[in-house]
Amino acid sequence: MSSCSLHVLTNDDDRTFTLSDYEGARARWCPGCGDHSVLAAVEKLLSAEQLKPEDTVFVSGIGCSSRFPHYLKTYGFHGVHGRALPVALGIKLHRPELAVFVVMGDGDCTSIGAGHWVHTLRYNPDLVVLMLDNGIYGLTKNQTSPTTPQGVPSNTQPQGTILPPLNPISLALGVSNASFVAQTAEFVPAHLYATLRAAFHHRGLSFVRILQRCPVFTPGLYADAVRKPALVEMLVHDDGVTVPELHALYPTRLAHDPRDLDRARQLAGATDTIKLGVFLRDPTRARYEEVRRVAPRTAEERRILLNAELDRYAV
Amino acid sequence: MRGIVTVANHVAGPADAASPGRPHTVHRMREHTVEVVSDSGEGAQKCSQIFGAVSAKMGNGVWTVEIIPAEIQPPARAPEGASGNRIRLGAGQVTNWGDDTNLVVAFNEQVLLARHRAGALARDATILLEDKWATDDDADIRDVWLQAMQEIADVGYRVVTVPMEERCLTLVDDARKGKNMFALGMLAFIYQRNLDLVFEQIAHTFRKKSDAVYARNVDLVRLGYDWAGAHLDFRIEITPEPNDRPMVVMNGNEAIGMGAIASGMELCAMYPITPATSVSHYLSEVFERFGGVVHQAEDEIAAAGVAIGASYAGKVAFTITSGPGLALKTEFLGLAVMTEVPLVVVNVQRGGPSTGLPTKVEQSDLLAALFAQPGDAPRVVIAPATIEECFHVMTTARRIAEAFRAVVIVLSDANLATGVQPFPRPEVDTRWHAEPADLSAVLAGRKPYGWDESTGLSRRIVPGQRGGMHTVTGLSHDEGSKVAYSAGVHGRGMAMRSRKIAVLSSLLTPPTPYGADEGDLLIVGWGSTKGAIEEAVDRARAAGLSVASLHLRFLSPMEPGLTAIFQRFRRVATVEINYSDTMGDPYVTEENRRRGQLSWLLRAQTLVDVDCWTRVPGEPLRPGAIVQAMHDLMPPRGDA
Repeated sequence: MSSCSLHVLTNDDDRTFTLSDYEGARARWCPGCGDHSVLAAVEKLLSAEQLKPEDTVFVSGIGCSSRFPHYLKTYGFHGVHGRALPVALGIKLHRPELAVFVVMGDGDCTSIGAGHWVHTLRYNPDLVVLMLDNGIYGLTKNQTSPTTPQGVPSNTQPQGTILPPLNPISLALGVSNASFVAQTAEFVPAHLYATLRAAFHHRGLSFVRILQRCPVFTPGLYADAVRKPALVEMLVHDDGVTVPELHALYPTRLAHDPRDLDRARQLAGATDTIKLGVFLRDPTRARYEEVRRVAPRTAEERRILLNAELDRYAV
Repeated sequence: MRGIVTVANHVAGPADAASPGRPHTVHRMREHTVEVVSDSGEGAQKCSQIFGAVSAKMGNGVWTVEIIPAEIQPPARAPEGASGNRIRLGAGQVTNWGDDTNLVVAFNEQVLLARHRAGALARDATILLEDKWATDDDADIRDVWLQAMQEIADVGYRVVTVPMEERCLTLVDDARKGKNMFALGMLAFIYQRNLDLVFEQIAHTFRKKSDAVYARNVDLVRLGYDWAGAHLDFRIEITPEPNDRPMVVMNGNEAIGMGAIASGMELCAMYPITPATSVSHYLSEVFERFGGVVHQAEDEIAAAGVAIGASYAGKVAFTITSGPGLALKTEFLGLAVMTEVPLVVVNVQRGGPSTGLPTKVEQSDLLAALFAQPGDAPRVVIAPATIEECFHVMTTARRIAEAFRAVVIVLSDANLATGVQPFPRPEVDTRWHAEPADLSAVLAGRKPYGWDESTGLSRRIVPGQRGGMHTVTGLSHDEGSKVAYSAGVHGRGMAMRSRKIAVLSSLLTPPTPYGADEGDLLIVGWGSTKGAIEEAVDRARAAGLSVASLHLRFLSPMEPGLTAIFQRFRRVATVEINYSDTMGDPYVTEENRRRGQLSWLLRAQTLVDVDCWTRVPGEPLRPGAIVQAMHDLMPPRGDA
């Protein structure tokens, strides 16, 4: 979140917010769903950052993960499928002081909402964008999504998913003016939390792909990585995410400077290992709501200006 | 020429180049209609816009209509590429584009043919035609020139050939870039325009260009003016009626943009689409000065989403589009209805379906504006009828959207969008602005949809309000915005969202018929056809027909009292620019007949047998054609 807006996010009254201050309705996801872990990490972040619930907005689309806002006690906007990002951009344009989070699924973000995803990455408004990627359409019951691994059967491609999956990290890194691209996994909670924190503190659009399993339709996704941590490669850097407590469990570490975009693209394209960490972080990229910011006018100023404008058209 | 007060027969035939300063017969007229047509890119539109603006400033009533090809660079010298404007000038107020053109400046004979074939020209029209093509080096061009002259020979036009190219080349290297100003000079002479005002308007039009461009254009205008003075034998005088009210002149899209500013809205989210885009061109130039932003979104859907997000965050925003864009936005509009996020949508209608006629007028999105939405999603639909109303409708729309937490669709059209007309200068009122968003803490017990049972109205809670946290959702929800699928909750939400529309209806006053309160025939119209319909009523009544008209601004909800008004007439029919079957067409019966869209709506709402007369000519309706339709629609004598 931008430092210029921190003053309103700072808790300037005497309230202290605990985890329960952010808890909304009881989450109705399936037991074992990765969404629960993400919700827990997000609540922990909100509490750690002491965000005022009334100055925080979660925007989502449609799908299992898009129920997210209902389970928080902040403001929430549960909209239409694939189109959380335009709504979030509109909120940010009018109310840049609000902390705005976006929660989407893989179908939501990379399929029906792909156009908004690409363009909002480019607009780079100050948003935290979480893509909860379980590689399947769950709410509509087991259809292939763009990130379903090739060969995995579904109700729409029962012989096995036909095409190789879309690589969301490569795609995001290909968008000019994208400023923060990271990948984490629900099954590495400490990394998930550290990544959310880094995303929150970045100024600009922080795109975080969260690898997770659907316990009903894709329980085997990432099973190898869960069993053999050596298949997981941690991208570490002072400007990215480094979680020392994970070093013992995940010995494969690769130093990667998130300002090195070419290297980031190479790493994203090499899918032999699952890479967790920050691929790109460039706080110097233009943020849309800032480059479009205009001086506010009072009603009286506008009246004078509008009369001057009418003079131009006077007969 | 209709409306001539004093007239002397002019000498027919091309002007004689060897008679400078010849005497001029001055025709005094109530009104006159002039067109300037050229290939696309030759500047006929700039010429006509300046001429129209100067005429308005001199106190004439003016209505201008663009003649515009769909392509940016259609082939040169092709009838389909004809580009320009028609300007109807009057002594008093002019409310529509009229019937026939009385004087044409044509840059080549092919664009002239286009207007001739469209039936746009009066049989006695005067034509000022570039003469270079008659003697072109290319034999094919000389050939088609001759064919064109033969095609129009018998009509009775008075053709005056003008050496536009030859004269312009004495000042500029590329006459394509100068002829329009020469033509402007000729018109300035013919219509006795104040040259200082012409030069002022040139300075305004070319304000982004260099001083050299201004100076060259002024010289070209003088060249055309002097040529006309030396070679034409007539001038036209339309004395303006006295008018003390301060006036402004602009087109409908500028009026919508300026109206949006006046309403206090601060975000226009859009995606380029003809003919709506020029609203955003205007706003892009001035909006930031007023604290506003034009956001060009990645697509039509995103434009709706950004506007909804901004509105949700506290300040009503708007999106502008045309038919195909409205189609794309429908899912988001349904969400705005369901979440009761206020939203203003401007739809500048064009010809449909699909891509249809992108640059041409139609009124065929009415039912789409009301109903093109899966699920029951009541919304407000308003149609401005004049350019002045385009200005004021934006504040009305913003206020209704806000007070009723509703989606308000403003239906303009290509005729209003590009038509230019003077109207009384609005007296800007800061009360048109929205109050700043209320960010005070929410009292315990207040709910995000605390519906008043009798009105369905509720006060919204926006982010930043302490204690008001909730999640809005497109899912069926109760007054606390809790997702609930039970029949009771779903039905109640439906009733509350619908009731608001009925409440709005109760606040409207019944419309007043124009011409007479009762009689044989009532014509009902909506949108940009008002001027043409009312002029037709005047003419038909003068000819003895018992006819009146009623013009509706509110289409959803409908204005009250319509059934009672309809009962005072023996027959009711709509006049609209959309498609309807004609009885007698193959397979068409009373039961399967597709009717004009307003007719369909009125029949459903009033159970009155409302007939219709509709056309889809890709241009505004002509009052003369409506008069003829009135004759045809008259109930037979003795028909109760």
